[in-house]
Amino acid sequence: MRPRLAVYKFASCDGCQLQVIDVLGRARPHLGELAELLDIEHFLEARSRIGAGPYDVGLVEGSVSTPHDIERIKEIRQQCRFLVTIGACATAGGIQALRNWGQIDDFLSAVYATPAYIDTLATSDPVAAHVKVDFELRGCPIDPGQLASVISAFCVGRKPRLPGYSVCVECKERGTVCVAVAKGIPCLGPVTQAGCGGICPAHDRECFGCYGPDRQEPNLVSLTGFYERHGANRDSLGRLVQSFNAWAPEFRTEHDRLSGDAP
Amino acid sequence: MQPVWLPRHGLQHLINVLRDRGHRVVGPQVADGAVVYRDLADASLLPTGWLDHQDGGVYRLHHDPRAGTFDHVVGPHSLKNYLFPARETIEAWSRTPDGWQQTTPTYEPEQLAVIGIRGCDLAALAIQDRVFMGGESIDVRYKARREKLFVVAVNCRRAAATCFCHSMGCGPAAGPGFDIALTEVGDRFAIEAATEAGEAVLADITGRVSLVPLTPDEVASVRHVPETLRETMQARVAEEGKPRPRSLDTEKIRELLFENLTHPRWAEVADRCLSCANCTLVCPTCFCSSVGEVTDLTGDEVSRERQWASCFTLEHSQMHGANARPSTASRYRQWLTHKLAGWIDQFGTSGCTGCGRCITWCPVGIDITEEVAAIRESPASSPPLSPS
Repeated sequence: MRPRLAVYKFASCDGCQLQVIDVLGRARPHLGELAELLDIEHFLEARSRIGAGPYDVGLVEGSVSTPHDIERIKEIRQQCRFLVTIGACATAGGIQALRNWGQIDDFLSAVYATPAYIDTLATSDPVAAHVKVDFELRGCPIDPGQLASVISAFCVGRKPRLPGYSVCVECKERGTVCVAVAKGIPCLGPVTQAGCGGICPAHDRECFGCYGPDRQEPNLVSLTGFYERHGANRDSLGRLVQSFNAWAPEFRTEHDRLSGDAP
Repeated sequence: MQPVWLPRHGLQHLINVLRDRGHRVVGPQVADGAVVYRDLADASLLPTGWLDHQDGGVYRLHHDPRAGTFDHVVGPHSLKNYLFPARETIEAWSRTPDGWQQTTPTYEPEQLAVIGIRGCDLAALAIQDRVFMGGESIDVRYKARREKLFVVAVNCRRAAATCFCHSMGCGPAAGPGFDIALTEVGDRFAIEAATEAGEAVLADITGRVSLVPLTPDEVASVRHVPETLRETMQARVAEEGKPRPRSLDTEKIRELLFENLTHPRWAEVADRCLSCANCTLVCPTCFCSSVGEVTDLTGDEVSRERQWASCFTLEHSQMHGANARPSTASRYRQWLTHKLAGWIDQFGTSGCTGCGRCITWCPVGIDITEEVAAIRESPASSPPLSPS
């Protein structure tokens, strides 16, 4: 019997689900035929038919941001034998985790005419803050090739092969001239986990840390210190580490250190 | 062969002759803020008038009308990018009803000619030749590419502040290993061939532009060009407004490093080191790779891929159940001591040619010459190597 797949959405932009559709829809033929490997039982973005649980593998996009989300993710956890979070929102809280630094009541009164109707958490949380997660696939959005690798590894019962190095390795592999060294652009590549293929530096932009902090002791203090000594503004460095993966522990700590909020 | 004068417009004839002889021609060009290697059909794309300011973690180009065609030095790319590519499929297999069938395509390397190779990179080429072809196990793809390589070397007449080839005995004069070497003098180039292939190329150029032999005095003065630079580098004379050029004291360096494996400097450099691997990737001699299988979703198509690896990543030293070098300090020490000391035991020479790329392209400007100097300044006698 083929494994049964479920895909869920929480607080997110849907971009990672589009990457799932990209893989399923064979938009990249070299990835093979995912839809023939699995039965898609629950995927509201792609089809209206819903097959009953439990499921063998669940993909979760989005962060947990309401009390209702907490209940829902707990149910999903019970329905899925193997739970995989996909994308920066699900693995680190996403860009919406910027609210974690503010006061939730201030946002509510600024945005909503009747805040009393809003039932929300004070923070935007990674899924793993509420339930046990079996595998985290990072990225903003996730990379279709990496997703295919994770799913095929799950289907045949082996470990997925994902990069364990910084974005710099990808830039060097594609021959990109380092934007930090040659142009003085503060770039998060050296402390960011690879996965995107080094897209932004190849287009003359800095790495924004979409794949989260490098898994091996990312030395943010040394990197931002060098940028600061070479003219970068401390506030802008704080904003650089405070984007899609702002609430990832290493980026969060560095932001707070730079802004003087460190405990 | 006696050197001859090639006028500046003759560079186009050199490119044309190489292309006519079936070479893919690659040469230095300005792109994305640096001098990089790219396919070259037009001599006007060579970086005439461009100079590179290099320092720890910093590379900037600026235009100087007085600068010649090859007064820049080395950029982020080297011959390694062509002879030992970053990623390569070495085998491919397909599952069929009759079992696994090998589908690896026949490998036909291209006939590559690279213009602008410096002394340091020629030395690096010799080092990679020893690594990939020197022992009993020969890397067949490297060898196939290497045998078709045509090298047009350049004698440096300027050094960046990160250059220290003079310390490593690898330059600035272009050493053995080239087919043709150029020395820029005024508006022309002294050009000489060192191989039969090089002479054949010169003979073909002669049919298109007249090549006047150098007089004995001119030969002596051309030979003096890199020698003058070497003296400047040795005296560590800085360019105007630029940092003092590097040098590396190699006296008993193997003993110095192996006797200082627990020196506090390793922990100090680890506070700065990002473990990002840039130094190893731009190094023209670093040769580590990892090999893994990549499958399609069904598992019916499998390819075995080799890609660059680095001793700065945790996974490089991951073994069953444990990691041999869990700290940045242990990984930085591994890289530096292998490059400058262990390499001598393994391959008979240093693994460093003094090109300075690891200094320039380190995002935080860690300087190999400075690290060695710090250890030399306060050597501690060290107990035998312990793990971690």
